[in-house]
Amino acid sequence: MLKFTAEHEWLKLEGDVATVGITQHAADQLGDLVFVELPEVGAELVKDGNAATVESVKAASDVYSPLDGEVTEVNQAIVDDPSLVNSDPQGAAWFFKLKLKNVSDVEGLMDEAAYKDLIG
Amino acid sequence: MDDQAALRTTPLHALHISLGAKMVPFAGYDMPVQYPLGVMKEHLHTRAEAGLFDVSHMGQVIVKAKSGEYADAALALEKLVPVDILGLKEGRQRYGFFTDANGGILDDLMITNRGDHLLVVVNAACKDQDVAHMKANLADCDVTLLEDRALIALQGPRAQAVLAELWAGVSGMKFMDVREVPLHDVPCIISRSGYSGEDGFEISVPEAHAVEVAKALLEHPDCEPIGLGARDSLRLEAGLCLYGNDIDTTTSPIEASLEWALQKARKAGGDREGGFPGAERILGELANGTTRRRVGLKPEGKAPVRSHAKLFADAEGKTELGEVTSGTFGPSVEGPVAMGYLPISHTDAGTQVYAEVRGKYLPMTVTALPFITPTYKR
Repeated sequence: MLKFTAEHEWLKLEGDVATVGITQHAADQLGDLVFVELPEVGAELVKDGNAATVESVKAASDVYSPLDGEVTEVNQAIVDDPSLVNSDPQGAAWFFKLKLKNVSDVEGLMDEAAYKDLIG
Repeated sequence: MDDQAALRTTPLHALHISLGAKMVPFAGYDMPVQYPLGVMKEHLHTRAEAGLFDVSHMGQVIVKAKSGEYADAALALEKLVPVDILGLKEGRQRYGFFTDANGGILDDLMITNRGDHLLVVVNAACKDQDVAHMKANLADCDVTLLEDRALIALQGPRAQAVLAELWAGVSGMKFMDVREVPLHDVPCIISRSGYSGEDGFEISVPEAHAVEVAKALLEHPDCEPIGLGARDSLRLEAGLCLYGNDIDTTTSPIEASLEWALQKARKAGGDREGGFPGAERILGELANGTTRRRVGLKPEGKAPVRSHAKLFADAEGKTELGEVTSGTFGPSVEGPVAMGYLPISHTDAGTQVYAEVRGKYLPMTVTALPFITPTYKR
């Protein structure tokens, strides 16, 4: 199941673990990324709380957690090569995996059609 | 939306839109921050080939003595700038700055001897204040802001080759020469100078012909349009100051490590020693040193450290030393670069300091400027 947030994150649910990243739209808006800071494995994140930081040449931006959960894995590939976020934001350039506090929280997020409407 | 309506545009505005530029407000103008290539590729292209920049938002000001004599205009402007303008030869340009009574910097600028007058190019954000400052203080001169000229910068190792298509004589110019030359039958004022650390030219064009000259230059396969985003990363790698960030009214030229811009004639013992605002402090600092200096800073990790980040002597953030004044990612250096002010005790190359970024103290090393090797054709 693929869901989206108004802050331009995507979430892919498999069981009770969600993989989270930023959308193509967000990556395009940010421009060339030069730095990514990911949360620590084991960190407790809250819905809409700060999860990660990305920097383009010009400025830093926050990436938020779409839901409450515990970080189980982070993607070192995007730390080593931030440009991966620009080339494959919704695939290989996932940010972190989250063991959700309440899987049912996912119902409250936007589906793809609703996100596409949002970005126009 | 009201803000957008109030933004000014340069003569190349429609051209930027047609080239797919992402526009942002800058110093009251709607300017291109990047084109479809993106900031990284635009920066790298400029150092590899040739980049074309619209800098028409900057102020181009004519200072002409009522007597018509260059010397009178030069001596008048020397009352505001701690630089040798009288000794500047015709067809030559020099870097300078307006100082204030406290020895701080009001703006930095380029001054050209145009024979019977001076051409002064100032920053866009300070344009109006600079013109008022000159009008108020240069009583025997006419000070005219040119409102009908564009300014195009062409920078990079292939800049000469690109410009040569329009003017074969370009190879005769050396760094800081200024010539009046027809490009495409349009009379232009060209200086061999720029803000990138690369060889290049700054071309003043009558606004009615700005688009055709820009397009003619862009026709060359090596020439790409470059936005303000890359302009900033290029100048930072080159160790060049940005007024408002690295220099302002709280920084003296000596603290800013710009003492090289002052010629002997204006220093202690010189023919025209002092005679500019803040001379007591500035000449005092030349004699006795300053308490702090602008230095290059290289973050040890990958995280950019940006302006206003506080600098500390220790990794725990106990002893505050100063502040970062400019910081970004340097595509040519392949890592973050920054500049800031540190106390003299901490300005030797190799000194380690710590910058506070998002609650962490990131190690930075004091590094000699520039971060890249400039390629000026001296």
